[in-house]
Order: sequence, then structure tokens, then C-alpha cells
Amino acid sequence: MSIRIHKPGLLATVQDLGRTGYGKYGIIVSGAMDRFAHRTANWLAGNDDGAAALEITLSGFAAEFEQDHWVAITGGNMTPVIDGRAVPMWRPVFVRKGSRLVLKQPVSGCRAYLAVSGGVDVPEVMGSRSTYLRAGIGGFEGRALRAGDELPVGTPRLGVSEAPAGDGSFYAVSWAIPWSLLPAYGQNPAIRVIRGRQWDDFTLRSRQAFLQSSFHVTPQSDRMGYRLSGPSLELESPREYLSEAVALGTVQIPADGQPIVLMADRQTLGGYPKIAQVISADLPVMAQATPGGHIAFREVSPEEAESLFIREERKLKRLKTMIRLKLKEDNYA
Amino acid sequence: MAWSFYPLGDSAVLVEFGSGISEKIHQEIRAAVRGIESRPFSGFVECVPAFTTLCVYYDLMGLRLTGRKMTAFEHVCSLLRDMEKSAAQDKEVLSAEVIDIPVCYGGEFGPDLGLVAELNGLSEEEVVSIHAGEQYLVYAIGFAPGFPYLGGMPGTIAAPRKKTPRLRIPAGSVGIAGTQTGIYPIETPGGWQIIGRTPLALFRPDQLPPTLLQGGDYIRFRPIGLEEYRRLRGIQP
Repeated sequence: MSIRIHKPGLLATVQDLGRTGYGKYGIIVSGAMDRFAHRTANWLAGNDDGAAALEITLSGFAAEFEQDHWVAITGGNMTPVIDGRAVPMWRPVFVRKGSRLVLKQPVSGCRAYLAVSGGVDVPEVMGSRSTYLRAGIGGFEGRALRAGDELPVGTPRLGVSEAPAGDGSFYAVSWAIPWSLLPAYGQNPAIRVIRGRQWDDFTLRSRQAFLQSSFHVTPQSDRMGYRLSGPSLELESPREYLSEAVALGTVQIPADGQPIVLMADRQTLGGYPKIAQVISADLPVMAQATPGGHIAFREVSPEEAESLFIREERKLKRLKTMIRLKLKEDNYA
Repeated sequence: MAWSFYPLGDSAVLVEFGSGISEKIHQEIRAAVRGIESRPFSGFVECVPAFTTLCVYYDLMGLRLTGRKMTAFEHVCSLLRDMEKSAAQDKEVLSAEVIDIPVCYGGEFGPDLGLVAELNGLSEEEVVSIHAGEQYLVYAIGFAPGFPYLGGMPGTIAAPRKKTPRLRIPAGSVGIAGTQTGIYPIETPGGWQIIGRTPLALFRPDQLPPTLLQGGDYIRFRPIGLEEYRRLRGIQP
């Protein structure tokens, strides 16, 4: 049971939902950037939340399935094609042994997720299968995927023998996650934030500029953080801050005045002032922001951030139940 | 000083214990970590200490929010306030074991030792003897897996960061940046002045804990020769 990588593209890694509990040792969380897409991909492939899947950045990825598999592709639309035929996203897809998946070109978003029934079966390191690139641990041999890698796959959770017969390379079910339930992905999204710990330390002008300007997403953005460019944001009186913990979505302002939104591969501690924090409900949208695009920040209250998060999680819970039922109805699970 | 609470987004509380770096605040933070980890509340994910703060991460959906009109942030703050009371009673005397860090100073392993000496009007031997003559407290671990933020380096051997960071600093390198000293656990780019290298592995992903040093440890650097470096390197796991 395995998947053979033909071309990794810009960056492809094995990720689960991250390595928590080791922050006090300086070990970063890692994990999927877009957790909505990662979790739903797993559910569609019959897996639980914690299974490892592939996170594929932009285009240029190609891989071959060495067995019959149930898979699901979610996240950014990179024009997935199997043996020359477009594959629909956000739904279970049965792929035949020997078929070849190619992500041709980015249409929207930045990262696609490929989940396979049974999960990518690499060893857990400190309770997680996520790749920690800088430390060289987790994932597939602690590194980004390369051509020729053979990824082991765990015991399938969806019945391969139940798969519909046919000659094609793949078969996609007729139902999918409705568009209306997807995060508000977009080319120039508005990202909701709450005030950061050092919000008041910034000049009034900088605070206004932060909420009223649009910021360019630079090509220097990566899994560690989104580096933005826009109006320079300045402290009322520049000073040094003691390093302290940061979180997924922390917006920090280094000395050059240009915001960095910290993402999955952020360090555990940071010493730059924190102007804001992206609300959890908008992290999937943030994670699909594309270099070359723009984002704008909108302020919400901490209470609103909490209720939006709870609403989002309830939606996901219903979605998970819905997917389970559909898979049962179709006799795959 | 009473704990102050700040939201770090909608899934973490940052607890501040005071405003300056001190051993007293550090011990209070350590006691708080022990308290929280020994009796984790429902929804607790992990906590990450730093110099004057402790960050408590939680899973909003895992919290047992009561019917009262209380936000998740307020709920976690109230749980932490209860812990503050019991933490005040935690008078456990911490072991004051000092961990020995052998370092081969200068030469190929410490290309900036000469510069640090020159900047401070000292000989290389004097820099080594000052650096190795102190005991350092590990205030926090961060920046890289197992990287210790150390306190206690004498200002007499301080040196500014390099203007252009090196692209590759080998694992085990011991450096100085301003009045801080530290050890690089993994190969990374970095701007610190490198004065030596330890043969010890600071990051041990297959062990628990996965790092040689932890917050609260005391360390002392011990100068060694190239031969001992090679011998110790050879018996490393």
C-alpha cells in the first residue's frame, strides 16, 4: 500500500494536526496550515481527524497510486488531474492502481490537501506525524517529499471491494461538501483579528493604517509565516520586548514595520510586538492567501472571535456526521 | 506580584508574573507550570514559559463552560486564578543541580573568539575563563528545539551580533549576542558570535524529555581540548 511521488512541486510535506505539548522544549507545533481542508479531506477518505495527509504547495506535484485507494483532495484548487481527466475536489474519489495524479496549475488558494484512506503511515515522533523541516524530524524521513519517495499507507477505512466497477482511472462520488459550507476563501480576503497585547503601543496612525489598508502578500511567505507589505507600522516609542509565547495567527511587527502573520511552523517564542491576532475561525482563509494577492484586516471583539469559532466548530461537527452518514449510505464505510 | 492575564487570540491566555528578568519570577513561573501540569483543567493543551510570562493554550471546545455568562477567556482566567492561590503555597525546594557543558573553545569551533576578546580588550584565554567561570540559569527554551535562553553572563565579554548572519551555524555552537550567551542545538542560520562548540547533543528527539536542558536548570561551561571533544562526540547517542 503506497503512493509514489513523481514530482514534489514547490513543497509537499506530510502533516497531521501538529505536535502539541512540547512547546516548553522549544519544539514547534507544525501541522497542516489549513486545518479545515485537512480535517475534511480526512473525513472524506474515511479517516479520523488525526490522520496524516499530504500538504501540497501550489503546482507541479505528481504522484502515482500503487494500489487501489480511496482519496480526497481539498483546499486550494491546483487543477487536480488523474490520467488526463479533471478530478472533482471536496469529495471521496476512488483511484485505481497505477493511476497518476498531477496538480497542473493554481486556480485559487495556495495549498491542496491529499488524504488517503488509512492515512499516510509514517512513524509518529513525539506524538505526531507532522514534518518539522528545520529539526529534520517527523513526516517522511524528517524532510520535504522528493521524487521517488514511496509513502506507506495505513489500513484503508473505506471498503475497496465496494468501489463501483468501471474502466476509468478513478471514480468520484456524486456528492461533495457544499460550497456554502467552505470557508470564505478568496483572492483578496478580509481577515478578522482581535487586538494584540501591544496594540496600544502602536501609534494611532499605525493602528488605523493596520485596519484600513490592504497588505500585499509577499513571495517570502511560507509555512512559518505570511510576510506582508504595506504602510509601515510604528511603535509610539520604540523599545525592546522580552521574548514570550506566540500563537497560530499572531500578527507581529518587526523593526521594519511590515507585518508577519505567524503560521504553522512559527517558533515557540517571539520578541516582536504583537499588534493583533487572527481569529481562529479565519485561519483556514489566511492559510490559503496567495503570494501576489492582498489581504485586509477587520477588527472584531474577543467575544465575537469566540462565538465565531464555536459556530465554525459546530458546523464542522455536523459536516463530519453528514460525511459519515453518506459514506455508510453508499456502503463504503 | 499578582498574576495578570492577557488574551493571546481566542485559544490562549498569556499570564504575566512581573516586568523584569529575575530568578524569583522564574521560580514563580516554574511553580505555576508544575501546578497546571499536575492538575490540568478540561480543555488544557499545553503551557509555554518565557522570562516573565507563561502562555496557557486551550481548546475552546474542550472547556467545560458553565451556563453562566462567561467567555472562554474569563473561564480559563478564573481557573488560573484558583491555581494562583495554591501556587503561592508551593514551597518546593528545587534541586540546584548544575549541568556540566564541555566546550572546545576557539579555533575552528569558535571562529569569533578572537573578535570577542579584541572587542573587550581581553586575551582569548581571559574570555574563556570568564565565560566558563560563571553559573547560568536556563530561563526558557525557545528559538530552536532545546535552545536555552541563559541568564548570568558577565558584561565584560559582551559582543554585538554579526551584521550579516552566517547561513550555517553547526549544532553545538556556543555563541554570544549582546550580554546573552547560548548554544545552538541544531544547524541554523544565525548572527551570534561563535566562541566554541560542545560535543553534547542538546536536541534528542527520540528521548523524553527531548532536550538536554530544560527551564530551571543551571549550567556551567567546562573548557575541553580537541581530543576530549572528539572522544565525547564519539560516545554520543
